[in-house]
Amino acid sequence: MNNSQKYSTRRTKVLLLTALLLVLGSLACLCCGAEAVDLRKALFGETVGNTSKLILLYVRLPRLCACLLAGSALATAGVVIQTVLANPLAAPGTIGVNSGAGLMVALCAAIAPGNLKLVPVAALIGAFLGTMLVMTIAEKTGASRMTLVLAGMAISTVFSAGIDAVVTFVPDALTGYSDFRIGGFSGIGMNRLKVAVWPIVIGIVLVWLLRNELDLLMLGTDRATSLGLPAKKMRILLLALASLLAGAAVSFAGLLGFVGLIIPHIMRRLVGEESSCLLPASMLGGATVLTVCDTLSRTLFAPYELPVGIVMSLLGGPFFVWLLWRRKGGHR
Amino acid sequence: MIEIRNLSVGFSESEPVLSDVDMTLPEGKVTVFLGPNGCGKTTLMRTILGLQPSKKGTILIDGQDIQTMSVRERAQKMAYLSQSDSIPAISVMKMVMHGRFPYLNYPRRYRDEDYRIAEEALKAADAYELRHRSMTKLSGGQRQKVYLAMVLAQQTETIFMDEPTTYLDAGHQLEVMRMARRLADDGHTVVMVLHELSQALRTADTLAVFDHGRMRLMGTPDAVYDSGILNEVFNVSVKRAETEDGTIYYCV
Repeated sequence: MNNSQKYSTRRTKVLLLTALLLVLGSLACLCCGAEAVDLRKALFGETVGNTSKLILLYVRLPRLCACLLAGSALATAGVVIQTVLANPLAAPGTIGVNSGAGLMVALCAAIAPGNLKLVPVAALIGAFLGTMLVMTIAEKTGASRMTLVLAGMAISTVFSAGIDAVVTFVPDALTGYSDFRIGGFSGIGMNRLKVAVWPIVIGIVLVWLLRNELDLLMLGTDRATSLGLPAKKMRILLLALASLLAGAAVSFAGLLGFVGLIIPHIMRRLVGEESSCLLPASMLGGATVLTVCDTLSRTLFAPYELPVGIVMSLLGGPFFVWLLWRRKGGHR
Repeated sequence: MIEIRNLSVGFSESEPVLSDVDMTLPEGKVTVFLGPNGCGKTTLMRTILGLQPSKKGTILIDGQDIQTMSVRERAQKMAYLSQSDSIPAISVMKMVMHGRFPYLNYPRRYRDEDYRIAEEALKAADAYELRHRSMTKLSGGQRQKVYLAMVLAQQTETIFMDEPTTYLDAGHQLEVMRMARRLADDGHTVVMVLHELSQALRTADTLAVFDHGRMRLMGTPDAVYDSGILNEVFNVSVKRAETEDGTIYYCV
């Protein structure tokens, strides 16, 4: 077996294993929680008075859909942002998604407290405006990778100050904003997902169609341009798609930025950098991690529930450190 | 054929790095840009390739102004072996296939012909046995061969190489120079930026010498050597000697 075949087999194994974990995680997500759900009873039992069916349809299924959508969208956005900016520390927050969404949600909580329906729309608009502002500044200053990161930092700082100002002047806004900041799927329903489904599906399909362009951008601006790719335009287009994906996910899941940072990292180590494999692997990985963490957040201290953002950071952080530690020792 | 007319290149409007460059890059020959550090050789190459805008003047490829050509059209005419920087964790074959990108239409699916051309390019660059390896597992010399294969897969008339021997040992440097020679013999126009004077004088059919914001001279290695301009520009004494392997040049 030559190196290429070994590599290909390994990638297939990683993809299959992640897909298997996702299926198991999804089943656990549907069945486990404060109230255990018997899937057989829920699916094939009586229609009237079937509590399991009601929980499955109106509580667990929307939650599972939210995990799948947010996980795959954030991980795809992370792959795109890290590749385009050639920066392993880049994440949706780097291009202004989090701060833009955060500011709009804080404003929303201050102006219309208690109106939860407005939060996803405000977050989506904020994420989009934040990214557009970052990219406009970067475009006017050359659209290099460095100017994009610096513009993102500058805008994030200004928006964070804006959030602090809103919370200072309207202390009640902190209640609505803090839930959003931690991130989670508590009380989520299909209605809240409706806003985000199409941007996520369209975003993922377009990123997949542009996977060759993404691979070329990885080679650097000069190489990509000399190979016939309008690199600056493509960089902006791909970042806009990443912003759409991350913004849509953030709109119902809150600031779960960690997925966009660590999942592409882990998957890159396991399957390499070719987008044709890295994108599906990261999508599966992001969805799996969120599904498993969400299940844990509901079951570890049942009937109490921890926000999934906290569980993910508590588990994901040490795991990431362990990966770095392992690499230091020369084991990859 | 690439013609450069009254071209000024650089980063600021008021002080271009190079001004009023007029040259025609001879077809099927090796042309080497020579000059001290910071004289604008790479900037000129990047401007010809359309990687940065010119300040003044015209660049014509087969009579067509590059300003009127799309990035893709330029990539079908000119390939660029840039100085190595990022090393992606992708397979060698995938890397070389990137050379076929200028010929792909949406949805960017590679055809059998593209795979055949990439394999031929790998063979020509003496990198065929590396095709299943990962780019991250290659030595500097092997990596340069792969980049060269990618450039060959682009199937362009003109190939630009920016300091292609940097970081390579003597053996690999000679290999790259032989490859440049072979490409020119096969009808390609090869343009290189080189720092090593003896290598440049030995490999080039034509030398273009730049200094103090101007092209000082363009001519055959012998004509450039005889003019004494290299001694003046580089502040060294260039010598020529006849050996059984041919004419060699060295600096003292």
